[in-house]
Amino acid sequence: MVDDMQDDLVFKALADPTRRLLLDALFETDGQSQSELEALAQQRGEMSRFGVAKHLRLLEEAGLIVRRKQGREQRHYLNPIPIRMIHDRWIDKYTEHHTMALLDLKRKLEES
Amino acid sequence: MSTDTSTMPAATNRQAPEIQIFRVYIQAPAARVFEAITSPEFSVKYGYGGEVHLDLTPGGDYRNDTTAAMKEMGMGDVAVTGRILDVDPPNRLVQTWIAAWHGEETTLTWDLMEYAGGLTRLTLTHDCTGAPHTALDVEGTGDADQGGGGWPWVLASIKTLLETGQPMVGAGA
Repeated sequence: MVDDMQDDLVFKALADPTRRLLLDALFETDGQSQSELEALAQQRGEMSRFGVAKHLRLLEEAGLIVRRKQGREQRHYLNPIPIRMIHDRWIDKYTEHHTMALLDLKRKLEES
Repeated sequence: MSTDTSTMPAATNRQAPEIQIFRVYIQAPAARVFEAITSPEFSVKYGYGGEVHLDLTPGGDYRNDTTAAMKEMGMGDVAVTGRILDVDPPNRLVQTWIAAWHGEETTLTWDLMEYAGGLTRLTLTHDCTGAPHTALDVEGTGDADQGGGGWPWVLASIKTLLETGQPMVGAGA
């Protein structure tokens, strides 16, 4: 139940180019402040201060980022675990299917 | 013979972050999650296995013994050593963490927060400042089968063990 709800939040969080941009930016340089991320978003498009703050909150609710206080500033860190869980639960299932299909094909070809 | 590299993906200069944070929600009370982190009965059933032994007082010793498989790979008796810096069961544990294969001192902070209904939010902060080799290992961008699962794989296996009562496939020993 909890995991299903978390998956929903992750998929919704990923369904937005600005939020994906923010995640990519943190992958390149983890632990950035909101003002650093705002500057980056502004470079790439038109994003108000409130826009980035809201996107960061949605990413945090989805568990994709974690805030950590450092001195007077909040820094943002990527949390790889929700995406890993989705990978394990969904992606592996389908890649495994493809592998099985290829193995079936191989066996049929070898039998004929 | 020259090798054409034009079709290869651009090499990235990205380094593993010095401070890494991992957060997972586990359907189990905080006391049980804390026990999983700190007792050998649990530690052999998740992650890369091996018994953990902790003296849960500030200044106390921490060690994670090697498994039979690790010894076969040429490791000694102990995989990881460390010292307890701060402990407040079942909410918080701060410790140093020194992987024998790198010898770099790093700091782990385990934060547990229990919600109504026995759901626990586990947040692990690994401060690898000045420890680039450890940072790369624990990030979990490698192949889990080859020991490259890092904390994402270890925490996923703690979650699986506590929620299902069974070790995750490939975890523990």
